[in-house]
Amino acid sequence: MHDKTVAQLGAGLRNGEFSSVELTRAFLERIEKHDKTLNSFITVTPELALEQASAADARIKANEATPLTGIPFAHKDIFCTQGIRTSCGSKMLDNFISPYDATVVSQLKSAGIVTLGKTNMDEFAMGSSNETSYYGTVKNPWDTNAVPGGSSGGSAAAVAARLTPVASGTDTGGSIRQPAALCGITGLKPTYGRVSRYGMIAFASSLDQGGPMTRTAEDAAIVLNAMAGFDERDSTSIDKPVPDYSAHLNDSLEGLKIGLPKEYFDEGLDSAVGDAIDASIKEYQKLGAEIVEISLPNTHLAVPTYYVVAPAECSTNLSRFDGVRYGHRCDSPKNLEDLYKRSRGEGFGDEVKRRIMMGTYALSSGYYDAYYLKAQKIRRLISDDFRKAFEKIDLIAGPTAPSVAFNIGEKNEDPVSMYLSDIYTIAANLAGLPAISIPAGFVTDRPVGLQLIGNYFEEARLLGAAHQYQQVTDWHNHHPEGF
Amino acid sequence: MSLQQSDIEKVAHLARLGIDPADMPEHIKNLSSILDLVDQMNAVDTESVMPMAHPVDTAQRLRPDEVTETDQREQFQAIAPQVEAGLYLVPKVME
Repeated sequence: MHDKTVAQLGAGLRNGEFSSVELTRAFLERIEKHDKTLNSFITVTPELALEQASAADARIKANEATPLTGIPFAHKDIFCTQGIRTSCGSKMLDNFISPYDATVVSQLKSAGIVTLGKTNMDEFAMGSSNETSYYGTVKNPWDTNAVPGGSSGGSAAAVAARLTPVASGTDTGGSIRQPAALCGITGLKPTYGRVSRYGMIAFASSLDQGGPMTRTAEDAAIVLNAMAGFDERDSTSIDKPVPDYSAHLNDSLEGLKIGLPKEYFDEGLDSAVGDAIDASIKEYQKLGAEIVEISLPNTHLAVPTYYVVAPAECSTNLSRFDGVRYGHRCDSPKNLEDLYKRSRGEGFGDEVKRRIMMGTYALSSGYYDAYYLKAQKIRRLISDDFRKAFEKIDLIAGPTAPSVAFNIGEKNEDPVSMYLSDIYTIAANLAGLPAISIPAGFVTDRPVGLQLIGNYFEEARLLGAAHQYQQVTDWHNHHPEGF
Repeated sequence: MSLQQSDIEKVAHLARLGIDPADMPEHIKNLSSILDLVDQMNAVDTESVMPMAHPVDTAQRLRPDEVTETDQREQFQAIAPQVEAGLYLVPKVME
């Protein structure tokens, strides 16, 4: 059963081939068997899962099922789940039992999903390798010496190892797409504002966006149908009708104009990864797409700009963790200042501290114009590059990451080299555009991800292009050995 | 750009972040190299560019000024480190 996609599992449940309780037991057993090796879950919730599975079976029997009713699901541990620990990968929230559900969590609950548990992640979603988690590194199922990527590394590894058919993720600078690429799965970051941020622990509020992590684009469409939508509790949620993302998966790609930004294929790209991407572009040509070379001239500024904007917003957002209302509190504080400083100093790991300090520096008196204002201006230039490109083309294609998964420990001594792992993903966050990563081959037995970037609110077109590619290739059907 | 220990101490204080003195050299090195990365922005002339605060240019939504949330104090305080009689406790602020 674990080899089936969400679409196949949904059909099986509704046809009575198996029950949700059986399905849920099968996945819980797989987690039990394999997660000691992978460490992709922070919390597993077997009792809740079986309870939800029985309810789902009753709902299916009553013919009231949605396409997700009875489907096992894992949430990135950044989404608040009522009554379940929501740690955000941090010691700061190790004892935090959320008093409410994130909107995404309640929407998926009403669709009838079964919660298997909460997945591991880089602390507060800050990292590209899952090595900053308080709960330890996640292993990549394709090679347990390799990182799974990050920050949604637990979700990516769990889906790739088929410990869950689907997981949620969040993407601030590539945190859905880069781990999806490194683990050989499909990961979609929707347009900024498409999926509610309410109850999704904030890192950088003008960049954060939740989305689905699945094995196929068809599954991502099914899950996005339940995740997307206006939420009045999120002040930047967009009030725009949600289309049926499954409706256009089979549209022809004849005449689709795909732009290849020359800056995404320069010397920073591993040449074998480049070859795999070239081969996938040829598939698109065979499918009838027209390939056009384009330029996004400010691409090289995306990482520097991001490392002002994201830390600045992070330093503001993370000021709420003060040891007073929830989360970690130090022992016997001498005074209020000591309480704040020691609770935060003990509760946050090194990468989070770095980003809080970087953001505080960029926002501090005398530096604001030189850093934060400057970064906001360059953000406009980066966004304008895309606006101009989309006047001539329908989609942008390129690599998701500059290399395949690197080894555990390889980059965690040098933050800047780690930051450059997100060189091709960050610009879509700065501009707020939707983007997807899909499996596109292997280099030294580690997966390669192809990234497609779409214009605002064109998730359906992205998913259609990804689905069509998955009809003529089988990279998404490969399974890591031993899992 | 090279940062001094005093820069890190100032920023850590502004952020109310306790830093272990043993970690200081590492923070100085790493934050300096992040600033070098960020300084690549200086090569661009942005004199006439409008800053972009938000990816989608929309006006902030307003709602009627009505009470929408119910009182959940007990539930919220159940996860607080230290409370008494409905109040959050902190060390004495005034003598």
